[in-house]
Order: sequence, then C-alpha cells, then structure tokens
Amino acid sequence: MQLVLEKRAERSQTIALISPLIAIGLTIVTMSLLFVILGKNPLAALDAYSIAPLTDSYSLQEIAVKATPLVMIAIGLSLCYLANAWNIGAEGQFLIGAVAGSWIAVKTQGTEAGHWVLPAMLLAGAAAGALYALIPALCRVKFGASEILTSLMLVYVADLLLDYLVRGPWRDPAGFNFPTTAEFDPVATVPVLIEGGRLHLGAIIALLVVAGAFIVLGRTIKGFEIRVVGAAPRAARFGGFNADQLILLTFAVSGALAGLAGIIEVAGPVGHLQPGISPGYGFTAIIVAFLGRLNPVGILIAGLFLALTFIGGEQAQITMKIPLDVTKVFQGILLFYVLACDSLILYRFRLISASRQVHRGAG
Amino acid sequence: MELVEAIILSVLAASTPLLIAATGELVTERSGVLNLGVEGMMIVGAACGFGGAWLSGSIIVGALCGILAGAALSLIFALMTLGLAVNQVATGLALTILGIGLSGLIGARFVGERISTAPHLHIPGLSDIPLVGRILFGEDAFVYLSIALIIGVWWFLYRTRAGLVLRACGDNHVSAHALGYPVLRIRLLAVLFGGACAGLAGAYLPLAYTPFFIPGMTAGRGWIALALVVFSSWRPARLVIGAYLFGAVTILQLHAQGAGIGIPSQFMSALPYLATVIVLVLLSRTRTGGSTAPAALGTVFVPDR
Repeated sequence: MQLVLEKRAERSQTIALISPLIAIGLTIVTMSLLFVILGKNPLAALDAYSIAPLTDSYSLQEIAVKATPLVMIAIGLSLCYLANAWNIGAEGQFLIGAVAGSWIAVKTQGTEAGHWVLPAMLLAGAAAGALYALIPALCRVKFGASEILTSLMLVYVADLLLDYLVRGPWRDPAGFNFPTTAEFDPVATVPVLIEGGRLHLGAIIALLVVAGAFIVLGRTIKGFEIRVVGAAPRAARFGGFNADQLILLTFAVSGALAGLAGIIEVAGPVGHLQPGISPGYGFTAIIVAFLGRLNPVGILIAGLFLALTFIGGEQAQITMKIPLDVTKVFQGILLFYVLACDSLILYRFRLISASRQVHRGAG
Repeated sequence: MELVEAIILSVLAASTPLLIAATGELVTERSGVLNLGVEGMMIVGAACGFGGAWLSGSIIVGALCGILAGAALSLIFALMTLGLAVNQVATGLALTILGIGLSGLIGARFVGERISTAPHLHIPGLSDIPLVGRILFGEDAFVYLSIALIIGVWWFLYRTRAGLVLRACGDNHVSAHALGYPVLRIRLLAVLFGGACAGLAGAYLPLAYTPFFIPGMTAGRGWIALALVVFSSWRPARLVIGAYLFGAVTILQLHAQGAGIGIPSQFMSALPYLATVIVLVLLSRTRTGGSTAPAALGTVFVPDR
C-alpha cells in the first residue's frame, strides 16, 4: 500500500472554499500542543489569542488599526503573486514610504503649512514605495536578476536608512536623545474616525483599496491579463500580453500600496518616525495574501484575522506571560497549513496497493 | 602586518557561515528544489546550536543540535513541496517566518548567557609562522570543515554517478523519472543536506563567531547565501570565491566604520546588501547563451504513474 498524490481533473470548488477553515483548525490544534509544551493552559491561551480581543471596544478598534496596513500591503502583493512576480520586499517599501512621507512632515514642522501637508505626505509615501519596488522589478526585467533576492535585500537597506535618519538629521532635538523625530503637527496627522478613539482614516482607505482591487481583477482587461500571465504564461504570450510590463506594473502598484500603508502608519497610530514602526507587516502580509487566496475580499477577512493574532499575542504576553515570538510561530504554522490545504484543491490522495502499482506501471 | 593578518582572519570567520549554508543550498538547488527558507533554518540552527552547547558544555554537541534543527525544518519543507506538491517559493517564505519565531522562542532562555567559543587549531611551529601561520594553521574546526565540505560536494557532483543522477533530477525530472530514478527520494536527501548545512552555518555564529546568542543574529546571511548560489552559477568553485568576497565586504565595512571615515555607520552596514543586489544584476546581465540554473529549478514534480 502506498499513498500517492494524483492530479484532479478540475479544481475542487468545495475544498477551495473550506481549505482556509481547515488550515485554521489545524493551526489551532498545533498551537494547543505548543501551549501544553510551554506549560500553559491551552484553553486559556486560545481564549487570550482569539476571544478576549473581540470582547472590548478598545481591542476591536486596535484590530482594525493593525489590519489596515496588512490588508493594503497584501492586496498589492496578491497582484504580484497572481502575475507570478515575487515581491517579498514589501517591508522595505513600507519603510521607504514612511520615510518619504515623513520628510514632508519634518520639513513643514512648526511652519504655517496648511491642509495640503497630509495629502502631499500620502502621495510622497506611495510614490516612494512604487519607485523602491521598481528597483527589483527593473533588475528582473532588464537583467534577469531574481526579484525575490533583490527585493528582500532592499528591506535591510530601507531599515538602515530609516535608522540613520532618526538618529541623525531628523532626530527630535527635544527628544532626550531617543532615536525619533518630533511628534508630527496636526496637519500632518491622519485624522481619527471616532473622537478619542484609535481608528483612523486609513481604515477607510484600506477598504477603498479592497474595492478597487475587486473591480480591477474582476472587471477589467488589465486584471484579466494579470491572472492569465500568472496562471498560463504560454497562453499569455500567444495572446500578446506583455509579461515584463505586467511585472513592472504589479511591482509598482504593490510598492505604492505598501508605501502608502507605511506613511499612514507613521502619520496615524504612531505619530512620529522611529525605528521599529513595523512589527513585520510586510512579511505578515504575505501570509494574509495567501490565506485570503489572493482574492480581495478574502484578503480583507484574512487581514482582520491576522490582526487578531497580533492583538491576541500582546494580550497573551501581558496576562499569561507567553512570549511574543509565539505569534510569529503561529503565523508561520498557519501559512504552512494554508499552503498544504490549498494543494488539495488541485490534487487528491489515493491509496494504491503495491500489486496495482506494478500493474499500472507495466501498462 | 598584524592588521592584515587580523583582517584576513576575520574575513575567513565571516565567510564561513555563508560558505556552509550556500554549499547546502547549492546541492538542494542542483536537485531542482529551490528552498528559500535558508534564513529560517539558519536562525533556528543558531538558537539550537547555542542551546545545545550551553546545556552540554560541548561545542560538538552544539553543532550537532544545529545540524539536526536545520534538517528537521528542511524535512517539513520537503514534506510540503515534494509530498504535497506545494509552491516552493511560498513554502520557503513560510519556513523563514516560522524559523524566526521558533528561534526567538527557543533562544529566549539563552539570551544573555555566554559560552567559550570553538577553540582554534594550534600546531606548534606551523601556527607560529609569521603572516601565514595563523591563517593556514590556526583556524577553528568549522573553517576547515567548510572547505572540506565544498570540496566533497564538488567531488560528489562531478565525479560520482550519484552526483550525476542528482544533477539529472535538477535539469529534467521527467527524463530522470523515466529512466527509473526515484526523483522525489533524491530530492528529499538533497533538501535534508541543505537543511543540515544551513543549521550548521547558523550554529557557527554563536559557537565560533560570537560567544552568545541574540535573536535575529543571522541578519540576512541566509538570504545572502541564496544570492551566492546564483552568483556561483551553481558551481562549487565559484561559490568559494563568492563567499570569501562577501566575507571581505562585510569585514571591510566594519573596519571602515571603526576607522571613522566620516560616512554614517548605517551606510556602511548597508554595503553587503547593496553589493548583493549589484552582483546579482551584473552576473545575470553578463551571462550569455541561456541561463546556467538547473532547468527544473523550483518546478513541482508529481510522478506520473
């Protein structure tokens, strides 16, 4: 008897719908085991991770705040991945967007600058993110260099540039030598939606991005081209679609969205530029994109779910002294299960007896 | 002269983890599998390697723990990509994310502890030869091991039948399968070797490079190792040159920072990463007559029965 993988005649629609749920279920089982190994009560831990954050309004707002950058970045990444272009440097594009937008905030600080400041910052963030993402895309299209490695290398470069700026030229003179800029002026801050709350305009922008992606992918020729180039490159060539152009386009769009998310994060919840503005949003967004099956609505749901794990992780650290790294383990395991379950959409398992195998091998 | 000797010694030390990890990945990729999880396997190797050495008091036990940890993670990768035919790029990323989390979890209790690093070889007489003595005869065991490893891999790939079969799997898995070779089993072994090497490379950092463990101490070395494999055009000899070149860039920027040449330290720290990008671009551009990458690299193989 042997277990073999067999290609299905066509995609299984049922499994396509339930596979993310199976993946989440398997992740919960695995995490329970991990909690037992760590000597924690698994039920209490799971409660802290998934139920507790949903029970008070502060945490609910905080989930939306955390989901905002995740969803925006993941939407961009999903376009890349659909076109079979591997942008994994969204973290760097996020940071560069934050830096570029902050430049305007820092330069206009304490001046009479009016309400044009915030829109200019958002534009600058998106433009810088797009340009930064175009570096690996151009290296791939013009020179054939692996965009996976170049986009990833540029994350470290962006991180160091941000570090230099907030420790050097942009450091707040009144900041007791902490590596941070001064708090942004009110005109350079993303407004909150509910007075006194944390939920800000960025959440609305994220929803608009989801709606935009939904329309582009489902209703436009460009969206169709993106999906064909990724799913059937040969057919796309016969169809006259320009794959190189699509790589540049999807990288630029995903870079712009990551950069926009970066400046919104800095001008919104954080309020100033400092190192460590991202707890790895750019990498977690990769999980969001896959968990949401590269579909805009799916990504919105997946983004909220992973934001929940961030908040849950913080709560579990405070109430149960569970290390913050457990959140990353959780996210990694989740991605594994998502990918494994997705495999069952295209393939199925079959038990084959040895004799049958020989027979079929001979025939 | 003292300074030159010190620089060469530190270049060798900085290059060794890159060389070990890249050697493993070279074998994996030659079999047709692209494992992007090198960074994740390295960082878990570092945590487990340090933990093993600290608990047992033995560098060798530590190194073995690192090797086992790397191999265990690569086994997960193999089950996913070979057993379930999952996309290799996405799985490699998942492995890195998981590895970073796991290493933080495992390493948390060891942060702040110190061990004595791996001893350096000392042969009376030979090691005392001025200038070259310490460089040739005064390294730690890992440095010699890394060189033996790459020579062994070269010999295996180009001088043995098994190596030829492995390369055949990487270039055309359908033909290799038709000839009756167990493609998936061969790839499994290649992935495990790659994982073991990445684990060892990670363990080198807290066992020989610095006497302590800090979270995230691999700092992108796994990704640079991946770039080195591209740099080498999948050839062992060029891999050695590439690894030492990158080690040199890393050390030179450190010395330049130390000398205080007026350039902000962050710009110097960015050099190895920028160098990687530039090298990838230059190499991919000058290559003529098609790619030198294994033809089946990164593609899924499901045996047709």
